Amino acid sequence: MPVEFKLPDLGEGIHEGEIIEVLVQEGDKVEDGQSVLIVETDKATAEVPSPVTGSVKEIKVKAGQTVRVGEVLMVFLKQGEGEEEKAPPPKTPEEKRETRPPEEKEKKAEAPAGKAEEVTRGTEAEKRPIEGPVPAAPSTRRLARELGIDINRVKPTGTGGRVTPDDVRAFAERAGGPETEIPSRPPLRKETEEKIPREKPPEGPEAPPLPQFERVGQVERIPLRSVRRTTAKHVAIAWSQIPHVTHMDVADLTELEAFRRKYKEQVVAQGGNLSMTVLAIKAVAAALKKFPLFNSSIDMESEEIIIKHYHNIGFAVDTDRGLLVPVIRDVDCKSIFDLAVELKELTERVRQGKASNEDLSGGTFTITNVGPMGGTGLSPIINYPEVAILGMAQARLQPVVAGDEKNYEIVARLMLPLSITFDHRVLDGAEAARFLNMIIEFLEDPEKLFIMS
Amino acid sequence: MVMGEFTQETDVLVIGGGPGGYAAAFRAADLGMDVTMVEADAGPGGVCLFRGCIPSKTLLYVTELMHDAQRASEMGISFADLKIDLDRLREWKDKVVGRLAKGLVELTKRRGILYLQGKATLEDENHARVQNSGSSHVRFKHAIIATGSSTRTMAGAQFEPGGRIMDSTGALELADIPERLLVVGGGFVGLEIGSVYASLGSKVTLVENNGQLMPGIDRDLSKPLASRLDALFKSIHYNTNVTSIEEDDSGVNVIFDGAIEKKTQRFDRVLAAIGRVPNSQGIGLENTKVTVNERGFIVVDQQRRTTDEKIFAVGDVTGGAMLAHKAMHEGKVAAEVISGMPSAFDFQAVPAVLYTDPQIAVCGLSEEAAKKRGRNVKVTRFPWSASGRAVSMGVPQGMTKMIIDPETQRVLGVGIVGREAGEMISEGVLAIEMGALAEDVGLSIHPHPTLSESEEEAAEAFLGSSTHILPQKR
Repeated sequence: MPVEFKLPDLGEGIHEGEIIEVLVQEGDKVEDGQSVLIVETDKATAEVPSPVTGSVKEIKVKAGQTVRVGEVLMVFLKQGEGEEEKAPPPKTPEEKRETRPPEEKEKKAEAPAGKAEEVTRGTEAEKRPIEGPVPAAPSTRRLARELGIDINRVKPTGTGGRVTPDDVRAFAERAGGPETEIPSRPPLRKETEEKIPREKPPEGPEAPPLPQFERVGQVERIPLRSVRRTTAKHVAIAWSQIPHVTHMDVADLTELEAFRRKYKEQVVAQGGNLSMTVLAIKAVAAALKKFPLFNSSIDMESEEIIIKHYHNIGFAVDTDRGLLVPVIRDVDCKSIFDLAVELKELTERVRQGKASNEDLSGGTFTITNVGPMGGTGLSPIINYPEVAILGMAQARLQPVVAGDEKNYEIVARLMLPLSITFDHRVLDGAEAARFLNMIIEFLEDPEKLFIMS
Repeated sequence: MVMGEFTQETDVLVIGGGPGGYAAAFRAADLGMDVTMVEADAGPGGVCLFRGCIPSKTLLYVTELMHDAQRASEMGISFADLKIDLDRLREWKDKVVGRLAKGLVELTKRRGILYLQGKATLEDENHARVQNSGSSHVRFKHAIIATGSSTRTMAGAQFEPGGRIMDSTGALELADIPERLLVVGGGFVGLEIGSVYASLGSKVTLVENNGQLMPGIDRDLSKPLASRLDALFKSIHYNTNVTSIEEDDSGVNVIFDGAIEKKTQRFDRVLAAIGRVPNSQGIGLENTKVTVNERGFIVVDQQRRTTDEKIFAVGDVTGGAMLAHKAMHEGKVAAEVISGMPSAFDFQAVPAVLYTDPQIAVCGLSEEAAKKRGRNVKVTRFPWSASGRAVSMGVPQGMTKMIIDPETQRVLGVGIVGREAGEMISEGVLAIEMGALAEDVGLSIHPHPTLSESEEEAAEAFLGSSTHILPQKR
């Protein structure tokens, strides 16, 4: 029996990927676990292993194609089956054609398996006559009356054909006004196309259509793909959902910089990199323990704040594929040394496109450091569904007034502009100021950081 | 106070102070309207409070206590001989009614409703005359008619106060315990009040012109009650009519027609319980655009509006099931519609409870009705002999049934016969109103051991596996 190989569930809500490279050809022998494809998903590039030992009967995808979870990528023949048992079978072009029905060749599988079955069931359901009043809660029936809608016309999405308040509201929106027509009975089940889960678009007014740029001049159209597309959707959701507020301050890093220089070589010798980001991660971890609300998420649906008792800090990495945020887990349990090594390894993996989904998920707080590129301050977008992000600009030697008005001197200090951008639904400005003050305290006094963390 | 032709202005005139009327008045007042309520009694409550539900249920509860005390001997608890003090019993009943009546008077006052004791007659679609009251003339923006119903009279019989031929009002006064009581009618009133008198010691003969008690209720629900009443009553005669009834000084002579053997019998008292007729006469409907149907019920739409735009009607006077709780909801709907809300009497399950022992409670679609309409349903039953609670209470004769749509699994109807059935039916009502599936009921944890578990188990039976009964062979 030929084995159909479908794109497996990649986890983390990822349901599609782009084929970067096909590593085998039809007729090739493969071993169980041997990489046959490279797929890039929204978050990472993955090598897809063969599920069997045998041979490649058919390849249904090509590089550059976007495939969905459940879609058939390849067909394998297990070892010991049919002619594949024989020594390397040089196939004639005719034979090849036979094994691949022509209509299949160009066919783009569009939906996961199982759709066909649902279509059949849906059709049957529509034929079934309905008796008795439409099932809907009394409050829902009242809502329909309030909106001037005949509830018998509303397409139900609830179990057993139940009309939900959302169904009524959706119908009212589509109808755009009170109903006057004679009611007709709805099908028992919702129609098939509605059974496929739809991605909920971010709320807010829809953007107006774009003008015809081509009329103005020559343009180039680059498709939004993988990381760029994910970033676009992700930040749009974050920006539309989260009321962002940014609070800024400056930390004196003179002492910390001396400390960093002192131990830099030792850390490098062990394969790490004692960067300011590492020290900031340590300071943030210590501060998060004192301010757990910054390590939370908000659930507006259930009206709850979810405080996480784990501290996984993400840090923004600029790669040639775009912005990625790898996550270091349980930072509060790791030494600065461990963090320095892990951060370096993780950054390399990310830059080489080898980071796993695990590397890129599960964060509770994010740090973004644009310092190496410059900047005197920034207000980043919160990494939804987190509730705060720490921004680090460039540390520069600044003239600082030491002493009081009558007796002072101006000294050169290494000053780092910091910003904490927070979700105002969960946090307030005063808390943000206190949180940032604590981070600054830790960064200004390395000894305190080690005692407190 | 100004007497004579002083005209009282009001937003809403409610004619009738029964459950439908006072619920409407209270809702209207809560919605900020000026409300005037007219009723012949000294306070709101109507038939339900003064001459119906409340006194009858008070007496039924007492007789239930009595039976429990008697059957307790089987469980090892015995009391001294049973004594019935009729005066004390009457006092207790009046005390219960009085207490609730006082509460309603208070609720009326606190809501700022003007209560006029008297009789209202509509003069046109904006005016009513009130007799026997300080304010004799009312101008209203809207009226709600809630005049209720009265017992249907039997040909040749009059309900005189203190007479031997009684309606429910007379019977609930409990003048004496007649040795021989004839109950005409095997519906709610006949069975309930017949049970009270039989328990108190009367030899009750019941005649019903139908082939079964409680027509309209599934037979498997009325059967356990019928066998209980066979023992409690002297005799029950089905398919039997009264053709002649004659009261004299010491008794009532009755001539029957139908399946009964002894066609002529003498009784000490007779209770007529052959239905109720709407009180739509003598209230001035002819001066308005309000219309009544051929049986005298006021015609209304879903919003409780009569054919006269300004006038609404609720409760028994509009027909349908004559139940206090239904009237109350109709009253609230009328008040809300008058205030401009998009309300409607849009209910899918109106419960009904028979307070006999055992009780019968039903809501939604009955099995018989489904059969009549040719609707495909699946019926599940949970016999109380499998209920830990029922057995421990010594009432294992009950049964809970569920009428379910086999396609959608929706609960369409619930029927219960047994102790506390009335207390349990609300779950069925909620299930039906919410469009719940059998699974929803089966997956809701019911406390154990309780009688209400029987509803969970009946739902589970539909799903194929009920804990305390064996699955049906398929």
